[in-house]
Amino acid sequence: MPSASATKLRFHIVTGKGGTGKTTVAAALAMALAAGGGRVLLTEVEGRQGIAQLFDTPPLPYEERKVASAPGGGDVVALAIDPEAALLEYLDMFYNLRAAGRVLTKLGAIDFATTIAPGVRDVLLTGKIKEAVDRKNKQGRPVFDAVVLDAPPTGRITRFLNVTADVASLARMGPIKNQSESVQRVVRSPTTAVHLVTLLEEMPVQETVDGVRELQAEGIPVGSVIVNMKRQPYALPKRLVKKDIAADLVAAGITGGRAVVDGLAAEAAAYRARIEIEAREQARLDQLGLPVVTLPLQPGHLDLGALYALAESLGEQGFPPARVRP
Amino acid sequence: MRDFDVDALLGSAKVVVCCGSGGVGKTTTAAALAIRAAENGRRTVVLTIDPARRLAQAMGLTELDNTPRPVEGVDGSLDAMMLDMKRTFDEIVEAHADPERAQQILSNPFYLSLSSSFAGTQEYMAMEKLGQLVAEKRWDLIIVDTPPTRSALDFLDAPKRLGTFLDGRLIKILLAPAKAGGRAYLKVLNTALSAATRVVAKVIGAQLLTDLQQFVASLEAMFGGFRARADATYAMLKAPGTAFVVVAAPEPAALREASYFADRLTAENMPLAGLVVNRVHETAVSDLGVARAVTGAETLEADRGGAVTAALLRLHAERATVAEREKALVGRFRRSHPETPVRQVPALESDVHDLAALRQIGAALARG
Repeated sequence: MPSASATKLRFHIVTGKGGTGKTTVAAALAMALAAGGGRVLLTEVEGRQGIAQLFDTPPLPYEERKVASAPGGGDVVALAIDPEAALLEYLDMFYNLRAAGRVLTKLGAIDFATTIAPGVRDVLLTGKIKEAVDRKNKQGRPVFDAVVLDAPPTGRITRFLNVTADVASLARMGPIKNQSESVQRVVRSPTTAVHLVTLLEEMPVQETVDGVRELQAEGIPVGSVIVNMKRQPYALPKRLVKKDIAADLVAAGITGGRAVVDGLAAEAAAYRARIEIEAREQARLDQLGLPVVTLPLQPGHLDLGALYALAESLGEQGFPPARVRP
Repeated sequence: MRDFDVDALLGSAKVVVCCGSGGVGKTTTAAALAIRAAENGRRTVVLTIDPARRLAQAMGLTELDNTPRPVEGVDGSLDAMMLDMKRTFDEIVEAHADPERAQQILSNPFYLSLSSSFAGTQEYMAMEKLGQLVAEKRWDLIIVDTPPTRSALDFLDAPKRLGTFLDGRLIKILLAPAKAGGRAYLKVLNTALSAATRVVAKVIGAQLLTDLQQFVASLEAMFGGFRARADATYAMLKAPGTAFVVVAAPEPAALREASYFADRLTAENMPLAGLVVNRVHETAVSDLGVARAVTGAETLEADRGGAVTAALLRLHAERATVAEREKALVGRFRRSHPETPVRQVPALESDVHDLAALRQIGAALARG
């Protein structure tokens, strides 16, 4: 990655409906961003250890760790942000309160603050990410060229990013309030974008359309829609001549006769039905007027090789965009 | 390999809880099971949490009003409802406090956030509602969908966590100033603890602490032990007649969550009826493997004839690759949980948005 300029997207927030592959896309995006010598932080906040599983490493502690090298040099560093650890770190950093933190843990106060007190958990998580986005080295240059967040799913993303609203109703002043406001500035910065991962299926597309509307209504910058697992194109005519197929199969050395021909024809019909749905849903996405990036279905196991292929595919489509659209 | 006798489950259970991670088709499974149970002759109600719009429409659920309503077009007795988390919470408050105090609680900013936040409250209210439906004794079978939590386990832990907090030591300390003179509290209020209160005040702000103290004081007076309620919920989930159905998709993350959940249920002595794997891809030519299909396609492509057949074989190879990957993933679950019955539901080629499609899924669930 060439040096970061002020107009470059630095914070990529990847959301999507459950099951659309947002963790995979976030990882591929981190690789694409690190390609050619960058240093990119890939973070997750939901305690699922999805990054570790994807890169086939042991569960990530609350600590930045390199998980992959990007093509052409460059590092992908991963961090699983744990709200309790983030709160204790925060108390220690600002109040020198490590010992009190232990008392609070025993009392259930930490558990309360991170799981039940509305908004506080999200402020802690986004606050930690903001720190990584803003972190500078001794030369005053950003430590990370980009930060990619494997964010909560579409249904919860606006609330997650819009922490101020929740917290403002509770904390009218004090550090939590200040923290949430500085997070808001980063989330709404022109160098930040939320990308929505979807499949070309009705429910994920509906959630994407709703999600884009919600995010835009809150003034949170939306980047691209990323269509995942799109079917490969196959040149198949509407009508199949079974006699010819049977003859071809014999020539190709495939036995089984009529049953195989009928089975293949049934698969072709199912494929066509799916392609029709994909085209219809694609049209709905196009109406959003957002850039759309497409990743092909990876039929086999999703290993590191498949991730590199996805990262390459993103790069070929000029994604992530180098510059912010006006 | 044990077979999952879904019809037997639907015929005998009193409560079926569907759980699993987000995006695996949990709500669809719950709806399909409910229709099947009703059409098998049981008076059934299904409690959904956050159904997709089209699915809600298919069930005739047009409003989020917390009331079970009959589902039209089902050959049997089926009611359906969507959980209104905040209203459920409000109703508990209204039922347990005098009007003045109830009003005080309902307008407290802390309550407003707590009752509409997703962090634990939704899970708790789902269980609260389940308890209410059980108590009504109107149905033979209650099928519950669970909230779309980040992981399936949240659903088991959240009610207890909320109960622990509302009934815990932290609350007692927070309440201490309001109960000045309470000797028991003076004893526990040693230096470390009052320091802790000061920290809370410092970090969250003194105003928030006051709101919180008021809120907790009014809740405490009202409830007489939130923990007891959480424990009752937990006991209900262990009672005879309750069964859990874990739902997953044939993907690594979803099946890993399913494994954790199955282990957890076993550890807690909660009855796991079986695993449902949704959206499993199959091929229509089971004995034509990936390698042979690819070799055949290459032969035809080299001959520059039979392009259509080559494309058919490529398509088949792709489907067979997906099918083999999914089979390996489900196989891993089966080997690590040999005692858990598994039912695979084939992926439909179109989206589910009417009763006919739900019936079709119900039939696939029952027969496999």
